[in-house]
Amino acid sequence: MSFMAFTKKTKTRNGLNSTFITIFTAALLALFLLPFLYMMLTSLKTKAQITVLGSPIYPAAVPLYNYKGENTKTYTFEAKKYGIPSDKTINMKDYAGKDLEIFNVPLENGQKKDLAVVVGYNKYSIFMDPKNPSADPIIWTGGYYKVLNRPWTFSPTWSNYTTVWKQLNFPRLLGNTAFYAFFTAIATVISSIVVAFGFSRFRFPGRDFLFVVMIATIFLPFAVTIIPTYTFFTKIGWTGTWLPLIIPQFFSSPYNVFLLRQFFMTLPRELDEAAMMDGASPLRILWSVIIPQSYPAIVAVTVFHIVWAWNDFFGPLIYLSTKPDSQPISVALARYNTNYATYPQYIQAGALMTLIIPLIIFVLAQRFFVQGIVITGVDK
Amino acid sequence: MEQLTQLNKLLPTAESLRNLRPLAKREFRNGITFIAPWIFGFLAFTLIPIVATFVMTFTDWKISTGVVEPPSFVGLKNYATLLKDGQVWSFPSAGSTPGSLWITLRFGLIALPVGILLPLGIALLMNNKHLIGKNFFRSLFYMPFIVPFVASVFLWGGLLNSENGWINLTLLHLGVPKASLPGWVNDINWVYPAYVIMGIWGIGNAMLTMLAGIQGVPTDLFDAAKVDGATSFQTFLNVTFPMISPVIFYNLVLNIVGLFQYFLVPLVINAGTGNPGGATMFYNLYLYKTFFGNQNMSYGSTLAWLLFMVILVVTILIFWSARFWVYYASENP
Repeated sequence: MSFMAFTKKTKTRNGLNSTFITIFTAALLALFLLPFLYMMLTSLKTKAQITVLGSPIYPAAVPLYNYKGENTKTYTFEAKKYGIPSDKTINMKDYAGKDLEIFNVPLENGQKKDLAVVVGYNKYSIFMDPKNPSADPIIWTGGYYKVLNRPWTFSPTWSNYTTVWKQLNFPRLLGNTAFYAFFTAIATVISSIVVAFGFSRFRFPGRDFLFVVMIATIFLPFAVTIIPTYTFFTKIGWTGTWLPLIIPQFFSSPYNVFLLRQFFMTLPRELDEAAMMDGASPLRILWSVIIPQSYPAIVAVTVFHIVWAWNDFFGPLIYLSTKPDSQPISVALARYNTNYATYPQYIQAGALMTLIIPLIIFVLAQRFFVQGIVITGVDK
Repeated sequence: MEQLTQLNKLLPTAESLRNLRPLAKREFRNGITFIAPWIFGFLAFTLIPIVATFVMTFTDWKISTGVVEPPSFVGLKNYATLLKDGQVWSFPSAGSTPGSLWITLRFGLIALPVGILLPLGIALLMNNKHLIGKNFFRSLFYMPFIVPFVASVFLWGGLLNSENGWINLTLLHLGVPKASLPGWVNDINWVYPAYVIMGIWGIGNAMLTMLAGIQGVPTDLFDAAKVDGATSFQTFLNVTFPMISPVIFYNLVLNIVGLFQYFLVPLVINAGTGNPGGATMFYNLYLYKTFFGNQNMSYGSTLAWLLFMVILVVTILIFWSARFWVYYASENP
């Protein structure tokens, strides 16, 4: 009996622990991913909403009432300015056809009513009732009208995306970025496969030394190579073209070589040896034996590179700074931000358009990401 | 990583190269042929540029309006300028802007613990046996890593906006007076924490490698600790940590090397001006401005060479420290 009670108790405790840990992790994750929510909501707001203090966090329209001019009378209100009587005369005809902002106004009888502001000042404002537009306007002396609540309604501004699409010339950026990412992916993946094959399938003196030198270059500060490289590319007239970004990709990249080599080393050698007995050349072995067995690693390297190239900022920034038409999306977004920093809705819409493709690639290929990182991180 | 400390043992001797048998000769020829793309790339884009950077430090060489001017040899003049350069060395003191090296160091001291402990904490959480939906959480904690750097900086920048950002609005709701709200990227006291917050989306790689490290610890070690009555903290300190120390070491080196080169965030967010109050003129930003702004190749190279030396010395120190705290299971079978 006591044994049964014990298992039941641990089960409930485990259940409680699971609930607690899972909820805690979910909360942490929500906090971690909060910027995505901020981005999506902000990208659908209007500038008018963003500038209003205390506006809702969801995209909403500034509530407006279009006054048709039903009331044509003229009114004079007793009001005070700096304590001095200063009467205000308004002719309701003048406001016909205008969009008046609606506020939730607390009236003297304790009720609250949605009224449209005709004229508003620091200490008093004149409102009209949108439900009864021919009625007399009302003076409200409760303070500054802009601190009043407004009857916000959910209203996403999808046109922000079309605006940014046009302003950024997005199709061209997409073309530039896709060209850079996919073309260099082919270059680096092929060259990295060849080099990784050399490092993993042949024994020769100095091989391990060269391999360690290659790994060490991952940690090398780029500053120590960039100045002569940039100067050289300027001298031969390549600055302002894609060539300085593309050509180096044909010479493999240490990270990719490392990942592929680790994978090739796990492949059994019997198949290579059998192929060699049949007189296959090393290139033939690579093509017909190694590559068909290595699709997971090759896919991992390819998606890593595409995402890396999609996000690459520094290279395009320095080599294409004078050629806005050739820039990829990351550089264009940074430039856009310097011009439109006061329009958060456009910046956030642009950011979403920038990150959507890598995000889709990640969702489709996440298995390869996880495996690839594990190979590189743990084996070092 | 281990091999990096024993580089000299891997070098072939001249004798071993001379005495290759015919079969080994063919292996050598094939191997070198296949790694030739890397060797060529290494020479062209790494080794020769490093040497060229060093040679440039002894010259006066500029680019003006896109044209590379002829260099002139000036001996140690650039090093003399470097030694006196307040923008590099100036010690932090009240009322003056610290040198860029100190700025880099100061930021690194805040960012490094976060860059190691946060991914470690999340990796431990992902490994918790009570957590339901491990793969789901693991993917989503990693996911922001693939967001383009520029986009993530603007997302966090919006959240940290001092006027209408959600963080300050939350603080306002919690009763923080408006006057004492942090100004984040425009506030000299809050700009480093703001940068650290902007960087937390970069933890994905470190988190995954640490998690893989934790999962690679043989379970019998945990069983043994349990039998001995160890608390979970004792288990972490005496089993998990030593077993994953190589992964932590790898991430530590990557982080430190990265932090010495930190400059893209201040370049994008604060337009590379060093604002607020010169607090974001990181060493690498100063270098970037010297070369890409003033087109001064020779002094830029001198700054680059100093950075290289500093990173090299620090890296050697960490590798030396590894013998005291990094445990390689393969060493004691």
